[in-house]
Amino acid sequence: MGEPWHEIMREVLKRNDVRLVTYVPDNVLRPLIDGLGGDPFFTAFATTREEEALGIVAGAWMGGMRGVVLMQTSGFATLANVLASLAVPFQIPVLMVVSERGTLGEFNLGQALVCRTMRPILDAIGIESHTITRLDELAFITDRSIKQAVATQSSAALILSPLLTGGKVFAE
Amino acid sequence: MSEPRNTKIMNRFDLTRRLVGKLAHEEAVVAGIGNTNFDLWAAGRRKQNFYMLGSMGLAVPIALGVALAQPRRQIVALEGDGSLLMQLGALATVAMLRPKNLTIIVMDNCVYQITGGQPTATALAADVAAIARGAGLSQSLWAVDEEDFERLVERALAEDGPWLIAARIDAAPAVATTERDPARIRDRFMRGLGVRA
Repeated sequence: MGEPWHEIMREVLKRNDVRLVTYVPDNVLRPLIDGLGGDPFFTAFATTREEEALGIVAGAWMGGMRGVVLMQTSGFATLANVLASLAVPFQIPVLMVVSERGTLGEFNLGQALVCRTMRPILDAIGIESHTITRLDELAFITDRSIKQAVATQSSAALILSPLLTGGKVFAE
Repeated sequence: MSEPRNTKIMNRFDLTRRLVGKLAHEEAVVAGIGNTNFDLWAAGRRKQNFYMLGSMGLAVPIALGVALAQPRRQIVALEGDGSLLMQLGALATVAMLRPKNLTIIVMDNCVYQITGGQPTATALAADVAAIARGAGLSQSLWAVDEEDFERLVERALAEDGPWLIAARIDAAPAVATTERDPARIRDRFMRGLGVRA
């Protein structure tokens, strides 16, 4: 076994000088959150809502510091307004990492439904997104997405499929 | 520590001009939607001003982000009562992180002014400074009158934050309307912060 997904992602964020990490906790993201929180390179903390997390990263970008927002699918669903009124029109490259719930073995109907809103919202407001399913593609997609977001002043969403992370499984 | 019912009802444009008059070190000001940023715009063009267009409630989070990115610069978030009530959790986050360089100023007119003057919760019950103290922002104060507001602003800019200054204001409309060009607003702000040459 090589490096796990969360260590690869942490290294790619670091390599691209993404220092600020705001998140609303998610169980699948836990090893990534733990790794970032334990690495002094990063300033990582939980916020009370995903909107708030996005606003902080947007402000930090304007102040010269790169950041990333971590959330799960249901949290992304709360962001349509602030993406459409802050990130996109102000051309602020907000990097989002979304742990995908609602598919490939979901046990909560609400999660399955809200998951279906995510890609249509991203497409409707023109935010590039990639669903990452394979460990061998993770570093490339993450690295190139950060570079493109910065160069084009456009937000980007990296959706972490259960195929990559294992997802959340129903406790029998 | 005065309570809101004992404070003078002031005017947003007048207070905003007084605030801007105290800014001598390229402090950043992030102003929430509507009248809050309209009056900041009217108070004079500053490159270090950021004017929101939408994303109601995010003035404090955006200002917090700027404060984290530029710890040596003083940052002011200007927000209305309706907007603050929409994102109260942000106060708890600010209190948790304790940025020394962040001051939150809340212009409380007890109404959603721009949508027709419907009362907000502060009209009857909620106390903005008390909410902030409850969230963990111990330096949360009501400005009693204009002179007190100026003293509090001076203190907040000189001493370690975070601070929250609340002011009761009248329902006078803003005196101008901010130019609505988001990319330009953002670019000018970044140049004002020295992020871009």
